[in-house]
Amino acid sequence: MSTRRIIGPFNRVEGDLEVTLDIADGRVAAAYVNSPLYRGFEQILQGKLPADALVLVPRICGICSVAQSAAAALALADAAGMTPPPNGRLAANLTLATENLADHLTHFYLFFMPDFARTDYADRPWHAAVAERFRATVGSAPNQVLPARARFMQMMGLLAGKWPHTLAVQPGGSTRPLQSSEIYRLHRTVREFRSFLESVTFGCNLEELAAIASRAELDTWRSRAGGGDLRTFLSIAEDLDLWHLGRGTDRFMSYGCYKEEGRRLFAAGLWHGGAAALDIASIAEDTSHAWYAAAGLPQHPQEGSTLPVAEKDGAYSWCKAPRLAGQVVETGALARQVVAGHPLARDMIAASGGSVAARVVARLLELALVLPAMERWLAELSPGQPWCITARLADEPSGVGLIEAARGSLGHWLTVRRGRIHNYQIIAPTTWNFSPRDAGGQPGALEQALAGLPASASGALPPAIHHVVRSFDPCMVCTVH
Amino acid sequence: MNLLWLQSGGCGGCTLSWLGSEHGPLFRVLADEGIELLWHPSLSEACLDEARELIAHCASGQVSVDVLCIEGSLLRGPLGTGGFHRFGGGAQAMIDWVRQIAARARHVVAIGSCSSWGGITAAGMNPTDACGLQYDGEAVGGLLGPDFRDPAGLPVINVAGCPPHPDWITETLAALSHGRLRAEHLDDYGRPRFYADQLVHHGCPRNEYYEFKASAEKPSDQGCLMEHLGCGGTQAHADCNQRLWNGEGSCLRGGYACIRCTEPGFEEPGHAFETTPKVAGIPLGLPADMPKAWFIALAALSKSATPARVRENATADHQLRAPSVKRSKR
Repeated sequence: MSTRRIIGPFNRVEGDLEVTLDIADGRVAAAYVNSPLYRGFEQILQGKLPADALVLVPRICGICSVAQSAAAALALADAAGMTPPPNGRLAANLTLATENLADHLTHFYLFFMPDFARTDYADRPWHAAVAERFRATVGSAPNQVLPARARFMQMMGLLAGKWPHTLAVQPGGSTRPLQSSEIYRLHRTVREFRSFLESVTFGCNLEELAAIASRAELDTWRSRAGGGDLRTFLSIAEDLDLWHLGRGTDRFMSYGCYKEEGRRLFAAGLWHGGAAALDIASIAEDTSHAWYAAAGLPQHPQEGSTLPVAEKDGAYSWCKAPRLAGQVVETGALARQVVAGHPLARDMIAASGGSVAARVVARLLELALVLPAMERWLAELSPGQPWCITARLADEPSGVGLIEAARGSLGHWLTVRRGRIHNYQIIAPTTWNFSPRDAGGQPGALEQALAGLPASASGALPPAIHHVVRSFDPCMVCTVH
Repeated sequence: MNLLWLQSGGCGGCTLSWLGSEHGPLFRVLADEGIELLWHPSLSEACLDEARELIAHCASGQVSVDVLCIEGSLLRGPLGTGGFHRFGGGAQAMIDWVRQIAARARHVVAIGSCSSWGGITAAGMNPTDACGLQYDGEAVGGLLGPDFRDPAGLPVINVAGCPPHPDWITETLAALSHGRLRAEHLDDYGRPRFYADQLVHHGCPRNEYYEFKASAEKPSDQGCLMEHLGCGGTQAHADCNQRLWNGEGSCLRGGYACIRCTEPGFEEPGHAFETTPKVAGIPLGLPADMPKAWFIALAALSKSATPARVRENATADHQLRAPSVKRSKR
């Protein structure tokens, strides 16, 4: 006999989240993830002028704002058959990278680590120091990190006018031509952020961290002097065995991102015990357990629809259930690095699959991987060369924009008819990770990761549930949109 | 002064903008201004039952709330139930919590254009029947009604913007904490006048191009964005080009139009956001307080007087001609 508990609100995630747990014999027998907020962006976009999507879609999300802009710009560029000039491509990389890195920092320091300051861990030897460092709003870390983050976000003032919600990211490139002294100021900002990460987060230089190739090397690195908040986390992960907590589907997907000449910094693909081809055409969204009018079989987003209904038998979320060839996939920094082939990322999942610790380490690893790339991109900018091109959109084109937000794969599918948006479907990273069940009863990635966790039918719930939920860096406003 | 912050039909971007505050650690700034954060969904430790209990106590009056900040539109749909947003962990719609707590709070602050007027969430067909706390677009009303006043006699304070500048939020809260925000400090739409009594145009670095109507024709051009590319900076109330964003930014400095995001109804401009609507070649939206005939006459005059330097640089993405160097005659 199981007991049902509805728990929420989960905070320190972006947006609203509720989880229903069926608890039997002191364990989670089944989890049901509910996104309790619907805004209807896909309905709002219908009938709009295609270019107006650039104003509307960033406002789906305040934390993935540039990623949403970039996906829309790519979909519009695809529809118009245009490719931005090199400066435009580099500016787009820099803008997206700034957001993604700031999001990783925000997640680690403001959303994720404060859970270890909770009194649940008062008996652990590390608790007093961790509580002093990471306690929400009053700890030394949030108060040290916010000014450093704000300084880094000055990248956005120059690259994009402001953050969140810029219009600088256009299908043809960037509206913001940069001159040499502005590029120098950006360079100083990146170097200052590097210095912050190396002294505060890692206690080593970025290249040293990025070169760590296995769990064993990571352990050796941790035991060396140097300090830094990552070492603190790794000690906690060891003590609480976060390497064996929160395993999901172990099917990892990435659309790839950061276009460079002839390649992407992080390649696209699928990983399930080994590399597999990513077939975008096999994506379909199932609405059997979501509050939408059933449209028969699951639909590819190019054909998808969004018709909310107030009541529906068996439905428990505003989130649709996207599937790749019928399978549940996990997306995010861990998936991105596993697919891209980083040896540490692959080794972290080799023994025991996806885990809370692996997801967190992958995010911090990306800080060390992407910042040096930003330094390179800045050096490649060439003032005086074009930043943006224009092209006329045909009357009835369609386009796809696939990008990697901090928290995973984001796709926009656009269809234009008679010069207006006929259909605009969005599948966000957390739509994948926090999806409800599909028609076959297959639970979503978080639902799988929560099943089996120890849980009490009436008393306080163990903090492990919080770690698992937040390890995905969920963005709930994107999830449903 | 304590502060309860709740989010509803928005994107969370107001909070993210606020976290970009450039005056030192935000949490310490708040403490220094005498502001205690009761709960914030993205920032506080308390969650699940602990958070629900606190919110319930705020609604029942067991905990008295000095300032209620709402971020995001209020979703009245479907059919007036508010069912498009339930506060997690319970059956009650968010609009019910907001009504209850707003009725008891000493002050109610709308953070951003969604909770001020409805904003982007109310665009298009407005599928969720979204509105602001005290406005539905330009119409006074919204969730709390036209007659709502807090115990001090203030209407909802609208820190409008999509998102608002971090300082607009902090300064408004500091003024409340120090008892220095009175009705006369709010404009006709309930926006704090310290930022709303300015125009985005003030301090625009493209001013020389504006003066001569030397206009940008495509994205990345350096010229004025008003004539062709949809810029509403001469009409939009905000100090964006005096109090810069993320260091040295603003929309216009970023090379794109001001979409008037601090104004009610900005989400439906009636034309493409980045294209200026015109009749007989004359832009429809005139600068604030500018008589039309004079604007047309001056625009024609200044166009004919445009220096070649300004005209050529206006449609380029970098400076083609530098200002000439003048030598004194001796």
